[in-house]
Amino acid sequence: MDGTRRGFLKATVTAAGAAATPVHAQVRGEDHGYAQQAVPSDPTLRVKSLESLLVEKGLVDRKALDSLIDTYEHKVGPRNGARVVARAWVDSAYKERLLANADAALTELGYGGLQGEHMVAVENSSKVHNLVVCTLCSCYPWPVLGLPPNWYKSAPYRSRSVIDPRGVLREFGLELSADVEVRVWDSTAELRYLVVPERPAGTETLSEEQLAALVTRDSMVGVAKVSASPAGAKS
Amino acid sequence: MNGVHDMGGMHGMGPVQHEKNEPVFHARWEARVFALNRAVGAWGKWSIDASRHAKELIPPAEYLRIPYYEKFLVGMTELLVKSGLVTRAEVESGKPARGSKKASPPLTADKVPLLVATGVPASRNTPVAPKFRVGQRIRARNINPTGHTRLPRYARAKLGTVERDHGVFVFPDTNAHFLGENPQHVYSVRFAARELWGEQASPQDAVYVNLWDDHLEPA
Repeated sequence: MDGTRRGFLKATVTAAGAAATPVHAQVRGEDHGYAQQAVPSDPTLRVKSLESLLVEKGLVDRKALDSLIDTYEHKVGPRNGARVVARAWVDSAYKERLLANADAALTELGYGGLQGEHMVAVENSSKVHNLVVCTLCSCYPWPVLGLPPNWYKSAPYRSRSVIDPRGVLREFGLELSADVEVRVWDSTAELRYLVVPERPAGTETLSEEQLAALVTRDSMVGVAKVSASPAGAKS
Repeated sequence: MNGVHDMGGMHGMGPVQHEKNEPVFHARWEARVFALNRAVGAWGKWSIDASRHAKELIPPAEYLRIPYYEKFLVGMTELLVKSGLVTRAEVESGKPARGSKKASPPLTADKVPLLVATGVPASRNTPVAPKFRVGQRIRARNINPTGHTRLPRYARAKLGTVERDHGVFVFPDTNAHFLGENPQHVYSVRFAARELWGEQASPQDAVYVNLWDDHLEPA
């Protein structure tokens, strides 16, 4: 983020703050909390303090916390989704099942669960490009893609994907021709979306595992295409 | 509520910042907040809908300013206090109140794999008839509730088509306020981009929004 942008943001936040005073007052009046002292500076210290309180009160188990973190740092991530996509590319019957009933098709490969209890798969083609967003919060298909990257949770992506999807895609380096239909999926319910990207040309001889290695997280959110060479792929 | 969290269609937020080789968490405190949020959720004192609404209640300037996981921290802390699991004084001191009993955590390490593998389904087997059918033209209702809703502002009063009926789900707009699950059908509704944004939008593009029976009326 450059200096100009930072200064601009600061000004924006100040303006929003001035406008927001009545709302804040109202919220406090209704006893929703959010008193200023509940929002002090350093999150590191606040989190440490809250965790030790919750552990001491027997409300949480530290080993459970470690296990949750380990799961999403090391076990569940976009490699899962990539395996699903590669399978769909090599097995058209599987792809049909995936598009018709994603939950059952994902279960076949052992994927499902937290924040992916209800899945929908949508397929990209030369005529249709799908893009996934959550304008209201940060809903994302954890079992197949892991936890969402910052850009997906950010105000720029959440605000613009629905009104200017082609502009957003251009920022990701993807220029779509005018005759392609862009379908934006706003994850407003407990349904989570997996984009099945187009299989790139020149990959006819690759194995399922080699194909999976080409499939990026971004292509499964719909902000990128899959490239035939892994070097050209974005993270 | 017409909060700043309802961002679809807003301008001025700047370009999307894509970080290469981004780590899952950018600091340890983020990881701890992520895990704490799941672990305290296992007490079953509030739903995911209430937890989303707790974040929506963060004052707008604050909501835009603080990092993602800090919103989790604020929302979770409010729910912990509201539900009576902790007191405000305990949060401020970081110490249990004198004489408070020690509980047994519902989520222990051995239960984490099951939680991850099964999640918390929001679908219900309640036999509720759908109010709309696939292919039907609908109008999203023009509602402006001060509480939680999953009907984004940009879709309100707009015409769309029911594309798919996903079955019966918990209704977040009531469930977030502890007013019952009110299970009903959820649909994928297709809105033409031009219906939502006018002539500036591409004529063949569309936005699909998941909406519940109570969000819709016949066109």
